[in-house]
Amino acid sequence: MNIIVPIKQVPDLVEELEIDSSGTGLDREWLKFKVNEFDDHALEEALLLKEEHGGTVTAIALDGGDIDKALFAAAAKGADRVVKVTGGGDTPSNHEAARMFANAIGGMDYDIVCTGVQSVEDRDGQLGVILARYLNVPQISVVTGVTVAGDKLTVIKEYGGGTVAEFETSMPVVLGIQAAREAPRYVPVAKVRRAMKSTELEEVSGGSADVNTGSHVNKMFKPEVAGGAEMISGSDDDMAARLAEIIKG
Amino acid sequence: MSNDIFVIAEHLKGKTDDITYEMLGKARALAGSTGGSVVAVLLGSGASGLAADYAADKVLYVDHASLAEFNPEAYGKALAEVINSQSPQIVLVGNSSQGMDIGAALSVDCNMPIVAYASDMTTDTVTSQLYGGKMSVESGIDGDRYIASVLPGSFPADAGKGSGASVEEVAAANLDGLNITFKGLIEPQGGDVDITANDILVSVGRGIQNEDNLEIVQELADKLGGVLSCSRPIVDSKWLPKTRQVGKSGLKVKPKVYIAVGISGAPEHIEGMKDAELIIAINSDPKAPIFDYAHYGAVGDLFDIIPSLTEKL
Repeated sequence: MNIIVPIKQVPDLVEELEIDSSGTGLDREWLKFKVNEFDDHALEEALLLKEEHGGTVTAIALDGGDIDKALFAAAAKGADRVVKVTGGGDTPSNHEAARMFANAIGGMDYDIVCTGVQSVEDRDGQLGVILARYLNVPQISVVTGVTVAGDKLTVIKEYGGGTVAEFETSMPVVLGIQAAREAPRYVPVAKVRRAMKSTELEEVSGGSADVNTGSHVNKMFKPEVAGGAEMISGSDDDMAARLAEIIKG
Repeated sequence: MSNDIFVIAEHLKGKTDDITYEMLGKARALAGSTGGSVVAVLLGSGASGLAADYAADKVLYVDHASLAEFNPEAYGKALAEVINSQSPQIVLVGNSSQGMDIGAALSVDCNMPIVAYASDMTTDTVTSQLYGGKMSVESGIDGDRYIASVLPGSFPADAGKGSGASVEEVAAANLDGLNITFKGLIEPQGGDVDITANDILVSVGRGIQNEDNLEIVQELADKLGGVLSCSRPIVDSKWLPKTRQVGKSGLKVKPKVYIAVGISGAPEHIEGMKDAELIIAINSDPKAPIFDYAHYGAVGDLFDIIPSLTEKL
């Protein structure tokens, strides 16, 4: 079973976000980036499937930022191949990114594409869904479980309130992973460093990203506060004392 | 192109989801601007009765055995056919589990732009909540038509409830040879506490950093006679069971007291707890969106404040 995992980096929301001088995007100069957390889950699910059923896992990402490090981390976790897709712009829309991924993946031999169900900057829709259309294969998103049943997959899709739906799908298929069956594995920095020396980072061209996203950003702004909390100040102990009073009513 | 506003109805277990009514209400306002009609698109099998209380001018109903339950492939094909043949100006779909499979797919199949995480829209702009609700982005539409995937809870549901819409059945697209088959729904296992039935919830998020630290929030919950709930990352990390998750993909709760500890307040979480009677938020980030929804907020280190609070109760 061959599984491809497209990953991308997104701004780390732990950092304070500032708007750039154009007023239409984030100021990226000091921004810290990290791998989209759902992509971490997609990689974990792919590695679990490989460990159970054999095959290969290929992590693939568009060039930009410190994506090399993210790909080597994927290799350190167990990805067999890591591939960088070159030729894209700085901040492609998801339609553009999906087009380049499809160009790169289209010629590969795969059974499953596992990608994160969403990211914090999916302004033009979720990548996996668009990618499936460009690859012309079926897709299921918000996936929290995958098991192999002969030449098909049983896939669990999550709804609200704890209810889930079970689907059977043929392969190839694109799965938008919400959560892997296990928490994503941790990999120590030393192991990533070793992977940097021992792993070949392949490069393929993303080709033309000539798709029409069909919208543009007029402006980015911080959300208006509707009511807002009454903020309690003071030392930690003072705040705790006031909170205790509020809770006791 | 027509100037109609289409709303993709969403249903599960024989009940229309609130997001459908929320979108129908907003669609009415948009139709006032375009001069078009509000059209609900309902897919199912023997399910046209669901549309009886839709506040729409017309309901397009597609009936097919393969549409009895949501199926990303079957619903995608059927909806693409309806939208391509009717050519509405605006399509509203939920930014929900079902809607996520549909919206972006229709964008490709119908060659229409999509704007996701939408919390408001006009005939030519859509406002999205991105970066976990920390930024709003207004998108301009390049052409005349668009799809918006709408965040649940953005509009009142009551405005979308009415009666008397005519139901017009339209033929389904060819749904032979589907790759995806619906097998069944699985309900959550019982056995754990029911967080929707508890008056006091101490809810913990990513700020707790690791599983061992759950102890200090558990102690607070015990002291208050409440139970521990959490945001999605805690469940995804397997630190607490799914039955404890508050939010879009978890449970909606309305306790008397909701204490959000180390939860930043992404829209998906807010959706599940904003109706609590008293919301208290403790977070190290003064700009965390949770403070917009809380009644009382404290900025600081939860590892200092929580044990101190437990002691004082």
